[in-house]
Amino acid sequence: MDIYLLEAVINGILLGGVLALLALGLNLIFGVIDVVWISYADVVMCGMYAVYFLYAQYHVPLPLACLIAIIGSACLGILVHRLIIAPVLDAPPLNQLLATGGLLFFLQSFATLLFGTDFRNIGVRLPVLELATMYVSFARLIAFVVALVGAVVLYFFLKRTYIGTAIRAIAQDREIVGLMGVDQRRVYLVVSAIGGALAGLAACLLALQYDVHPFIGNTFGPVIFMICVLGGLGNMLGGFFAAFIISQIIAIGGYYSSTELSYVFAFTFFIVLMFVRPRGLFTP
Amino acid sequence: MTANRALLAIGGAILVALPFVGSTYFLHLVIQILIWAFIYTAWSLMGRFGFVSFGHGAFLGLGAYIPALMWTYWGVTPWLGIPLAVGASVLLAVIVGYPCFVRKVVGHYFALVTLALSQVVLLSLTAARDITGGSLGFTQRAVGHSWYALQFPEKGYFYVIAVLLWLVGLVVWRRIDRGISREALEAIGEDEDAAAAVGINVMREKMRVTILSAALTALGGATYGQYVMYLNPETVSGITVSLQIVFAAIAGGVYSMFGPSVGALLTLALTEGLRVWFGTEFIGGANTIYGILLVLCIIFMPQGVVGALQGIRLKRALEASKPAEVKP
Repeated sequence: MDIYLLEAVINGILLGGVLALLALGLNLIFGVIDVVWISYADVVMCGMYAVYFLYAQYHVPLPLACLIAIIGSACLGILVHRLIIAPVLDAPPLNQLLATGGLLFFLQSFATLLFGTDFRNIGVRLPVLELATMYVSFARLIAFVVALVGAVVLYFFLKRTYIGTAIRAIAQDREIVGLMGVDQRRVYLVVSAIGGALAGLAACLLALQYDVHPFIGNTFGPVIFMICVLGGLGNMLGGFFAAFIISQIIAIGGYYSSTELSYVFAFTFFIVLMFVRPRGLFTP
Repeated sequence: MTANRALLAIGGAILVALPFVGSTYFLHLVIQILIWAFIYTAWSLMGRFGFVSFGHGAFLGLGAYIPALMWTYWGVTPWLGIPLAVGASVLLAVIVGYPCFVRKVVGHYFALVTLALSQVVLLSLTAARDITGGSLGFTQRAVGHSWYALQFPEKGYFYVIAVLLWLVGLVVWRRIDRGISREALEAIGEDEDAAAAVGINVMREKMRVTILSAALTALGGATYGQYVMYLNPETVSGITVSLQIVFAAIAGGVYSMFGPSVGALLTLALTEGLRVWFGTEFIGGANTIYGILLVLCIIFMPQGVVGALQGIRLKRALEASKPAEVKP
């Protein structure tokens, strides 16, 4: 096997970790609240700006900056739910999609207004690991490991805690859970906070690898939806695996051609697969 | 009916008078509004029946780029390039639409598949940067006033073209609205299986309206490309413009003939007004307010501006026609 191809594959796996984390967040929100946050990637953008300003401008230590960014994103998640999702909960799905689409416009333009369109880098230079003769970005390795840890923590949270059980129950049957004494509104808020926090975590990991700018959400936002739909909207495990399939297509496609074309391959693959398995790869 | 006729006459008079009163800038704005109104109307042909496509950026992109590229690189006249672009869009609509409808990809899934489609066109245009200039965009080869190249520096020509285009859009909308297809499509929008059970040819109806919508959108994109001359992948394809189309159409209201046009008028006047008001100092300020208004509009006026107005009128009419209460 070509050593550079292998390098691309490994980098693809590492990229998949962060995408999987984001897919988990979006799927959790969809599975429980039944709303697709089109603007999910823009919450990530806000988190990235938080990390950038705290660390690069105000010299807060990086771990603390990340923690604040995660908490901030969680609060943003709650805010989005209270202000935008809650009023349209009973509206047709299309209107819910559009309401969060309006949020996408708002967040991107507001970021442009506040910070301008400059590309900003937090300026952390992490070493590049040399394995045999391959180069693997250390930042991506950290991102991969942290994303996996985040996913495992989320798994145990959902399995072992009371509120986690309530969340899974709502995802299974919205109607009956109220009768069991579960406060739906509280669960929705918790889920929005977790979704926001996951976006914040992903933001910290992405800030190490990419420059932040107001429209960065547009570059990977559509990819995350694609991953969620491929895995079956609301199917968290499916989304997790789909993230690695898509990231491989992007990585290997990028190896053979350009970055844009690799995304074209990924989107085309997605469209074709939707015809073969309209309810997602892993839905029977 | 006479009230409607009067309104129609006033509207016609305004359309005729417009190019003679305002400045060039004003006319430029009106032309843009008309072209986008046409595109939004084309989208609403599908959207009003619940087939929410986020993929119209793809048709728009093909429509704008194919004639522009053919003219700039091979000197092929847009008179040939535009039909080709419309044909390519129809082909794309069939290639993606047909399997979608066969496999019953609906709702969220349809929205996201079409979203992927518009991203494919956006990224392909960006990737072909050798000829399209990538995300920097490119300017068509200009030859001044020419019927052969469909280029008119004099804005009046494009004003007439835009008005005609817009009227074509309205006529098509009305034909669908008054035709038998409308009932069929509404039934399909409600429940596909039930519609099929009562003998509606679901496939044919859906394909027809999709092809029509894609073709008109490409035509709108081509006109826009001929008019502005400068094309950028982001402004004619991808998620942003697809969302912009859906929003404006919904904001205006997709259930009435002038709804999408009102959407175009409101959104363009608003963004342009805010842009002038904010100036270049606050880039993004205009769109920030635009975003907030969109969210508010979706939450409080889900049936659009025209829909909301009609609702009020209907309510008044109902109250007026209520028989006087009979006291025992």
